[in-house]
Amino acid sequence: MGSQGGFGKSKEFLDLIKSIGESRSKAEEDRIVLREIESLKARLGDPNTSKFKLKEYIIRLVYVEMLGHDASFGYIHAVKMTHDENLHLKRTGYLAVTLFLNEDHDLIILIVNTIQKDLKSDNYLVVCAALNAVCRLINEETIPAVLPRVVELLGHQKEAVRKKAVMALHRFHRRAPGSVSHLIANFRKRLCDNDPGVMGATLCPLFDLIMADVDSFKDMVVSLVNILKQVTERRLPKNYDYHQMPAPFIQIKLLKILAVLGSGDKKASEQIYTILGDIMKKSDSTTNIGNAILYECICCVSSLHPNPKLLEAAADGISKFLKRDSHNLRYLGVGALSRLIKISPEIAEQHQLAVIYCLEDPDDTLKRKTFELLYKMTNSSNVEVIVDRMIDYMISINDGHYKTEIASRCIEVAEQYAPSNQWFIQTMNKVFEHAGDLVNSKVAHSLMRLIAEGFGEDDAAADSQLRSSAVESYLHIMGDPKLPSAFIQVICWVLGEYGTADGKHSATYITGKLCDVAEAHAIDDIVKAYAVTALMKIYSFEIAAGRKVDILPECQSLIEEMLASNSTDLQQRAYELQDITGLDAHAVKNIMPKDSACEDFEIDKNLSFLDDYIRRALENGAQPYIPENGRLGMSDVTHFTSQENHESSFHALRFEAYERPKPAVALNIPPALDPSTEVPVPELSYLADIQQPIPPVPSASNIGSSELKLRLDGIQKKWGRPTYSSPVPSTSSTDIIKNQNKANQPISVGSSNAKASTVSYDSRKQVQEISPEKQKLAASLFGGASKSDGKQSSSSSKVSKPLHRPAEKSRSVTTFDTTIVKPSQPPPDLLDLGEPSFTNTAPSVDPFKQLEGLLDLTPEKPASNAFRAGTTDAPNLMSLFTDMSLNVQGDSLVNSISNMIDKNGLGGNTGAPSTPQTNKGPNLKAALEKDAFVRHMGVMPSGQDPNLFKDLLS
Amino acid sequence: MIRGVIVMNGQGKPRLVKFYEFEPVEKQQEAIRSIYRILCSRVENVSNFVKADSIFGKDVRLVYKTYATLYFVFIFDKSENELAMLDLMQVFVEMMDRCFSNVCELDVVFHFNKMHTILDEIILGGQVLDTNSSEIVKAVEEILKLQRNSNSITLGSSTSGWQGR
Repeated sequence: MGSQGGFGKSKEFLDLIKSIGESRSKAEEDRIVLREIESLKARLGDPNTSKFKLKEYIIRLVYVEMLGHDASFGYIHAVKMTHDENLHLKRTGYLAVTLFLNEDHDLIILIVNTIQKDLKSDNYLVVCAALNAVCRLINEETIPAVLPRVVELLGHQKEAVRKKAVMALHRFHRRAPGSVSHLIANFRKRLCDNDPGVMGATLCPLFDLIMADVDSFKDMVVSLVNILKQVTERRLPKNYDYHQMPAPFIQIKLLKILAVLGSGDKKASEQIYTILGDIMKKSDSTTNIGNAILYECICCVSSLHPNPKLLEAAADGISKFLKRDSHNLRYLGVGALSRLIKISPEIAEQHQLAVIYCLEDPDDTLKRKTFELLYKMTNSSNVEVIVDRMIDYMISINDGHYKTEIASRCIEVAEQYAPSNQWFIQTMNKVFEHAGDLVNSKVAHSLMRLIAEGFGEDDAAADSQLRSSAVESYLHIMGDPKLPSAFIQVICWVLGEYGTADGKHSATYITGKLCDVAEAHAIDDIVKAYAVTALMKIYSFEIAAGRKVDILPECQSLIEEMLASNSTDLQQRAYELQDITGLDAHAVKNIMPKDSACEDFEIDKNLSFLDDYIRRALENGAQPYIPENGRLGMSDVTHFTSQENHESSFHALRFEAYERPKPAVALNIPPALDPSTEVPVPELSYLADIQQPIPPVPSASNIGSSELKLRLDGIQKKWGRPTYSSPVPSTSSTDIIKNQNKANQPISVGSSNAKASTVSYDSRKQVQEISPEKQKLAASLFGGASKSDGKQSSSSSKVSKPLHRPAEKSRSVTTFDTTIVKPSQPPPDLLDLGEPSFTNTAPSVDPFKQLEGLLDLTPEKPASNAFRAGTTDAPNLMSLFTDMSLNVQGDSLVNSISNMIDKNGLGGNTGAPSTPQTNKGPNLKAALEKDAFVRHMGVMPSGQDPNLFKDLLS
Repeated sequence: MIRGVIVMNGQGKPRLVKFYEFEPVEKQQEAIRSIYRILCSRVENVSNFVKADSIFGKDVRLVYKTYATLYFVFIFDKSENELAMLDLMQVFVEMMDRCFSNVCELDVVFHFNKMHTILDEIILGGQVLDTNSSEIVKAVEEILKLQRNSNSITLGSSTSGWQGR
């Protein structure tokens, strides 16, 4: 007993945790843990270690691994422990192996046998322990070893066992659906289990099964509705209630299943409508769990066949969520809105201001959820505002993952709904500037293509204006050294193609800029390649125009550097550039025609223009061409022409070792090798490159290659004028609404006035608080506040609205009041049975200090007392703790918790801080002792904040 | 399904880590660190939900809550209801409170095996097993009682310790 510290653990373990708690740095912690590992290694290996010592060592091992250190040396001991007869040890062994091992670990084979044996045990706790392990450790291969027994256990007399057996089968289903496909009837049977716990557990596998195959479970709709009805009518035992809600978790699961079953199925949906309506009517929006159920109902409504009444109730629920202060509820509201918006797009308008507030909320989660909503409701009338917002947000965040996501969303909606090409280019510039390396390279190509193709054939002036504005904007920003590579590539291409087109900038100026770029990105070969090609274009345009070209000295040195480059692609380009500058204007004009980016190539795959040459060669006694696969072992390196960058280097020489035979064969079967088109010329043996015209002048290949980048076969043409004018799926919800207005107006003029006034009461109230800026934003997002009023007045289904609103208003006001009145009071109950948003209101008051009086001790004394208790007077402390037997404890707590629920109902935090204390009277002393001890233990290194050690739940 | 449960303290030290799909130790540590970073960056009085797709993949989110000195984190995918997860966490904490009586961080440190026992009665294989508080407490107590008995049979009174834990 002397070696025992508090908490039933040995002194050593206490010391370990204490020293880890006190360690000041990660390095120090690591040192301590490594020492611990050494000592554990020694002791675990010692055959004389007693079993119960061993158990503690295993637990310490788990602890060590939890801190991130390798504990694999001890796995085998954990496995051995599962063989033990003693339940305590066995459970510890199982716990350790489930945490240590994955299901494919070599040691699993040693456990399967034990599991098999334990599943047959008379002691149901042993069976449960084994089932826990089954749920974690059994893989596809070992399923057959335990499956028969697990199926038998479905009929075990203990419900705890049946429950876990169902879960184990579910696990098997997830692992290997085939292994349990013949057992689906068993799941159905378990749904009718006498024990609601087993029924609830069965819903989990059913949900998965139904997700996978809806049709074969349609017959269950009626019985599931029946179960749900019974649950809501409180037919389940009282102890399934949670916060006065009958079995809410089962309700939620059932709603999820029904949503799947009723999705797109009118008949099934009709069977669900009634119960769904009832639950929504009864829903309790004062508790967390009540709102969770309401949210699930809304989700269910949005997936069922639409029903106007339920949709209205759902819209109502959403407005309840969005009006609350709690971030959690607004988060759910936005989530629910984005689901419902697919079915009834018009409901967004009622909530425009709420949505905008969410957008400006400091809570990042809420913001993201709102951006998801905006993304879903983007159309051609609000795309500019939404994309602007998205970009602003994208710039403000650092999280690369989310940045990528939002950038690609920006591009997607911008492509789809762009109002003008000018806007599209500017938007793309912004996206590239801030997230260029994160977006797909296809996007860069489509941007280049847009600039090249411009507004279309009809308006050449607008095209060139677009291009020169693009050139201007690029010249302006290209000095920024941090621009992403993909964007620089676009810039280089555009400058090369159009830099001198409008005559505003001299060739010298543009080439200087291009050289700077190539220099600034000295390690980026792709950028350099783009820059050199751009230089070549500029020079050839100059030559073609008959002007004299003087190559800048920095350009000259750049070319020289590239001539010696490691990259054959760069070399090739540099040589071409060098050659082209030596040619006369006529030749250059043919090689590099101006403004030819959009022209398509006719590729003569048969190379018929060479026929003459071949004939002559054959006549002169040359060997006829043998297809590549016909001349085994012959290398055709000799006539390899160095080709364009990555694209063609793929076709080019393959120097990789251990090349697999298959791709090589595949490479050799391009259309060119088709016997009918085969060209019998030994010279042109490298036919894989035949995709490109074999250039009569070497440098011409470069046009081909730069063009090649623009032939974006896979890219749909989404942007540009045609799309702009083409019908957008949902042109704008307001249009529909206007139509509705027209249709309805003559009938509902009288009532609409009345309703409009109530609505404006609401909106007027909001108007006082909202800045015109936000209103404007709302208008641009949703098509105008005035329109939305009109909308509300027109839809006769909103009759019930005015009835709801004042009530909600007053409710939200009261909740607001409570927070204002008692902002400085600490939540007396950390269990927080009420609104989650209030938990953090004021943690500044230390309940520990408030409790101190009750012990009649000065703050220092309990600490020192307990310290002695923890070390020297251990028995005293023990007796003190053993006094409070678990059962008594539990009961009193049940009472106190339920008392608090009754008292506080809604708030949970509105009660005076003393309430729980008096309720928990007898525990306080113990709690304080523990507190003091904990404090002394120094688990938390910072002693200065006593708050850290207040009880979790006091 | 529920992907995992993590309890960590205000300094980011893990107190209980349980993943329902196996994750290698290094990945666990990385996940814990990134979650801790996210939690630290959250301002007060905001929602309890965080999108965790950058750590665990698409559509995975987590719900967190602070109880005294501890962060409780549940990681789950889109087949679960966020708010209900928050309440499930509440069930877990209530259960801990009932089993430990005035639970504090040190209970969690020393008795994480017992924490696992409680958790196993609530969540099994990533699915909600049961949420009936009295059933859970009953199950946990039966296990503990049996363990106590087996201890005293084999060891006599020497490990009576503190409630035999």
